[in-house]
Amino acid sequence: MEAILQAFALVFDPFVLGVILASAVFGLFVGAMPGLTATMATALLVPVTFFMPPVPALAAIVTATAMAIFAGDIPGAMLRMPGTPASAAYADESYAMTRRGQLNLNMGVNLVFSVAGGLIGVAVLVLCAPLLAEVAINFSSYEYFWLACLGLTCAVFLSNADPVKGVLSLLIGLLLATVGIDPSAGVPRFTFGEVELMQGVNFVATMIGMFAISELLRNAVTVRSAGGAVVEQVGDVFRGLGPVWRRYWFNFLRGSGIGTLIGALPGAGADIAAWISYAVSKRFSREKEKFGTGHVEGVVDATAANNSALAGAWIPALVFGIPGDSITAIVIGVLYMKGMNPGPTVFLENPQFIYAVFLVFILANLLLLPLGWAAIKGARQVLRTPRELLLPVILLFCIVGSFAMTNSLYGVSLMLAMGLFGWFLEEHGIPVAPLILGLVLGEMLEQTFVQNMIKADGDWLAFFSRPIAGTLGVATLVTWALMVVRAVVGVRAPKLQVT
Amino acid sequence: MVPTRRRALLAAIAGVGLATPALAQGRYPSRPVQLIVPWGAGGGTDATARIIGSLLERDLGQPVNVVNRTGGSGVVGHSAIATAPPDGHTIGMLTVEIAMMHWQGLTELKPSSYTPVALLNQDPPGVQVAQNAPYADIRALAEAIKSRPAGTFRASGTGQGGIWHLALVGWLQAMGLRGDHVRWVPSNGAAPAMQELAAGGIEIVTCSVPEARAMLDAGRARSLAIMAPERNPQFAQVPTLNETLGINYSTGAWRGIAGPRNMPAPVVTRLGEALKRAYDSNEYKEFMASRGFGTVWRDAEGFGSFMAESDRSMGEAMRAAGLARG
Repeated sequence: MEAILQAFALVFDPFVLGVILASAVFGLFVGAMPGLTATMATALLVPVTFFMPPVPALAAIVTATAMAIFAGDIPGAMLRMPGTPASAAYADESYAMTRRGQLNLNMGVNLVFSVAGGLIGVAVLVLCAPLLAEVAINFSSYEYFWLACLGLTCAVFLSNADPVKGVLSLLIGLLLATVGIDPSAGVPRFTFGEVELMQGVNFVATMIGMFAISELLRNAVTVRSAGGAVVEQVGDVFRGLGPVWRRYWFNFLRGSGIGTLIGALPGAGADIAAWISYAVSKRFSREKEKFGTGHVEGVVDATAANNSALAGAWIPALVFGIPGDSITAIVIGVLYMKGMNPGPTVFLENPQFIYAVFLVFILANLLLLPLGWAAIKGARQVLRTPRELLLPVILLFCIVGSFAMTNSLYGVSLMLAMGLFGWFLEEHGIPVAPLILGLVLGEMLEQTFVQNMIKADGDWLAFFSRPIAGTLGVATLVTWALMVVRAVVGVRAPKLQVT
Repeated sequence: MVPTRRRALLAAIAGVGLATPALAQGRYPSRPVQLIVPWGAGGGTDATARIIGSLLERDLGQPVNVVNRTGGSGVVGHSAIATAPPDGHTIGMLTVEIAMMHWQGLTELKPSSYTPVALLNQDPPGVQVAQNAPYADIRALAEAIKSRPAGTFRASGTGQGGIWHLALVGWLQAMGLRGDHVRWVPSNGAAPAMQELAAGGIEIVTCSVPEARAMLDAGRARSLAIMAPERNPQFAQVPTLNETLGINYSTGAWRGIAGPRNMPAPVVTRLGEALKRAYDSNEYKEFMASRGFGTVWRDAEGFGSFMAESDRSMGEAMRAAGLARG
């Protein structure tokens, strides 16, 4: 109890509150810029936090990342350019809503469910961090292999059109993921002697190209005619949220739950959480056919999931010093520097600091409501800009963002090439989202597969040898079998009717 | 009106253009310095570079920007350092991999492709096992490894042919075993390997003790020995291989600052002095101690010979382990 009071005193200090406010604005800016990710926001904050006491240092990171993950939704909905990878899963859906005149509703849903999802994540972090960390630490490469397989299955739910085209897109993504030094034997693949290609195909640069550049190309054709529709939608972002709450409260809880769990698993963060919860939402929806046409249901799941994953990732980081995602990988370093060595003892040795971090998490999520609202209002002015000016400026941001990913022109060239490729794919009705998913999960899939084979000396049964791995493996195989059966039956049924 | 303004603008641009080289010839550094890190944000190398960067900034009076050039097992970043203009405005943090990658045939770059400035850190590998492993000490583990058939034990800590893989091979060979007697499971670094150890997927992790620290503190793993000439004061309870098994084998990962080849001597001197002050500062000492990282100082000349020796011994070890190509 005394520690909690101390924590309040630590957080509600003018300097700390100032740091929180400043990093909130910083986080919103970074998140809304395509290509500048929440991870990058954290990395940029590290040198600043060197010279701060522990609480403001961690407060800066917590606040900036919470803001950035939400802010990524704004350009996703307005321009079809996910600001961070965590918004990629539902950028298409949000943009479709905008084109149907529902930008207000979409932004309101993104904001409110991000805040609520974030709070659920914090609640889980506060209440059952040690318990969940105990589960997460038991995941070996066998479990991760099946998790990657399940993740890939989502690709089928991400494509509205032909599932075959979804799978095709996924396979292209997996192929692109093999470029670079292979993760097991250390041999360069498809690099053609080019040093830059050794780092592989950067997925953020690819994502910017595939979503933003392909959209720019389409817009460039109609630059004089299109445009006006979006600007008209100025109004109250909080209107119409009541019915969404009543209708989709279960989606929200499910999305937050999935998000927190995936966040807590080492190596999987907010982006994968959004992909999986979006796919789950579609799989169990009563209105599957509406997905992809500007339907709010999947957005509720996914936007809650990515914000809750943020807090989830702190669970293994605090309890075992194992990063839950790329952000907490940096946080762990900061924890050590501030003498708050991660481990179960951190809760005993420095409870006031840990409670302060929890408090900051809650505060940051609450602060997101007014600041996010202001950001939406501000971003809307951007849409009033004439499109012949707006499009080049977007291109400029895409270039800055992709340069920042690799710190070289390689990122820019990759982004532009992928933009053309993405445009080509979409013109042929092949969705790009599964390709990004393949690129994200490709390395995990390959690496865990090879690790499993090495560990088990080539014995396939070992993939099912552990309780969790076995359960996940059987679940994956059953899902695939059902999909194949359904596809075969679906093809045959019309034929039977004909005869 | 318009032509005059345009002419004035052109004159101004020309003036700036002429002025820049003149400035560059003057004092070093005349503009912000780029510090390239071949590894990702958040890792130990990144953190070390960022503290050094902020201390250098104070000393040099110019911003020092830490730039992560990741990927390709370190090839991308190391090559960016080597190919930069050698004017001291682009320097980088070299890691032990520069003495290893070219033996694997991944790159042409080697220690002699750089102008060394200073060595700042070295960390020896440790031998970590899970908390509930049935080996009381390193002797029990060594006996168990020797008495079981090859491939019974599985170890990890980094990628195939990485520094911690080499450490394992070196240790096994020093015990008179084959380098692949313990099977190596490549991983993305020490943290995933420690997770795999705690999850029961593997038996041994040969990363450095600071990298294993969180799991040690959490009571999930134990450190049985380090492969160094003497104990680390941060982890004084962990014995060396020499005092337990009588094996005088030591190796380690190191980090230092260097620039492209042919960097002018005055620049190297200026940087070296600034780095020495950064190394001696309380901030650096406290930071390295808080992370459990070892601190070692070698000046430009010392770092050069250190790298040459590291290159030689790594090549020998990799050939012996069958990891070298060509």
